[in-house]
Amino acid sequence: MMAHWLRRNWPLLAAHVGGCYPLASLLLDAGRGRLTANPIQYITLHTGKPALVLLVLCLACTPADRFFALRPALRVRKLLGLYAFGYATLHFLIFSVIDYGLDVSQMLNIVAKKPYALVGFCALLALLPLALTSTRGWQQRLGSTWKKLHRLVYVAGLLAVTHYIWLVKSDVRQPLLWAAAVGVLLLVRLPAASPLAAKSRTWVRRQLTRAQ
Amino acid sequence: MQKIPSSEITPMAGYVAYQRTLSRRGLLGALAGIAGGVVAAACTPASTAADMQPAATVAADRTAAPVPTAAATAAAAPAVAATAGAASNADELGDSFTDRASVTGYNNYYEFSTDKEGVAPAAAGFAVDPWTVQVGGLVNKPATFDIGQLRKQFGEEERVYRLRCVEAWSMVIPWQGFELAKLLQAVEPQAAAKYVRFETLLDPARMPGQQQAWYSWPYVEGLRLDEAMHSLTLLATGLYGSALLPQNGAPLRLVTPWKYGFKSIKAIVKIDLVAEQPTSLWMAAAPNEYGFYANVNPQVDHPRWSQASERRIGEFSRRPTLPFNGYADEVAGLYAGMDLQANF
Repeated sequence: MMAHWLRRNWPLLAAHVGGCYPLASLLLDAGRGRLTANPIQYITLHTGKPALVLLVLCLACTPADRFFALRPALRVRKLLGLYAFGYATLHFLIFSVIDYGLDVSQMLNIVAKKPYALVGFCALLALLPLALTSTRGWQQRLGSTWKKLHRLVYVAGLLAVTHYIWLVKSDVRQPLLWAAAVGVLLLVRLPAASPLAAKSRTWVRRQLTRAQ
Repeated sequence: MQKIPSSEITPMAGYVAYQRTLSRRGLLGALAGIAGGVVAAACTPASTAADMQPAATVAADRTAAPVPTAAATAAAAPAVAATAGAASNADELGDSFTDRASVTGYNNYYEFSTDKEGVAPAAAGFAVDPWTVQVGGLVNKPATFDIGQLRKQFGEEERVYRLRCVEAWSMVIPWQGFELAKLLQAVEPQAAAKYVRFETLLDPARMPGQQQAWYSWPYVEGLRLDEAMHSLTLLATGLYGSALLPQNGAPLRLVTPWKYGFKSIKAIVKIDLVAEQPTSLWMAAAPNEYGFYANVNPQVDHPRWSQASERRIGEFSRRPTLPFNGYADEVAGLYAGMDLQANF
């Protein structure tokens, strides 16, 4: 029974485990007093990074299916997106409530003047309607608009990596790697990539049947 | 400038305990608050024995400090009472010293690691003896000093300074060291000397961060001669009453408290008097973001983030950043008539 459930639902299980892990490890760090000498910065970074990673994984789901016939990826796409939104929201709450104590004038000052804060905020705003309309009900209600609306996730991805690039002191190599990942995941969605996707998918399928 | 003998620093362990308890409880409460959608949890009063334990351990482990260990551990018990003595463990603005564990465990020192908590372990065992410092350039009496000789010749005094990192966090640190002016006077700068250029040791085998080609090693910093001669400018050899640890820039580092922390170059091996403004490592890495002066200035933001406020390590709320990091009375005159927006 359990084995059957696992065989059917392992992608969901993996997504939940992956989605909960960063928060669990953060809470564990907090319990052990291991949030460094600058704990607020630590929890800010350790909610921002998971948000980006989960968003990139979410963006990878569709290409994973199209290029590698990885059907299960489509089942976790929404979940990964929601987790990414969850971490982005936490990240923003830590910034606004804990770091700046809801000092609106100071925050507005920062968001207006500092591109990196503004860009991060816009990424969160881009994700908000997607999270709100992520249910099947909304999907049906919005019909074809839903798909168009959810292309906002591409914008969110680009804004999120820009936010990351602008935040580091000088060494942008790691942020650029994430930006490259987002870039590739967006490029492979272009119509020009479709023939390649089809070819790759057929090839993978053939290998799989042969293996069986 | 307030001078505090090392012997007065003893009750610190108790203060550390108190501070840690505070910050841990505050953060846990806040995290719990977020998780539950409630944020007011930060003021829960409970103070438990479990809270105290790690701090007591830290105090007991600190055998290197000139603190009688038994007394330190005992002092950790009545934590709140110890804060009464914290007044003498404070800078001239009344702000308490940052706890020693943070000062020696949270460091920006890319020669060892870009992870602030990773610097201390990576720098452990870094040998700072023998060590020589070459002082030359446009001077009448160039000399190479052994580190022990420097200490003997120029002595050691206590200076409590605020350290403001360009990343918008800050500390209060009791340093030991001597005024750079003393050393410069000893080598007799020539009239043509307008700037002082400092260089860190270049040794990629011992400083693994230098194997990373992103930055142009060695670390270089510079001061205008009048800044270098200013009585606040310190060459530090120790902190908290004991010799500098490798992660804090042992055996010799610069401290310019009115400038962002990155100006305070560590592990100095070379000091040259020069005619032209030196290009620092950070200026070379990002010229539009890190300037030569790098004076702490809440009005002049970093191009990408605000410098208007800062987080004092160990405190929960942000505090406003002071012009020249609170040393405006002493140093603002150095920049009279200068456009501080342009000369950031």
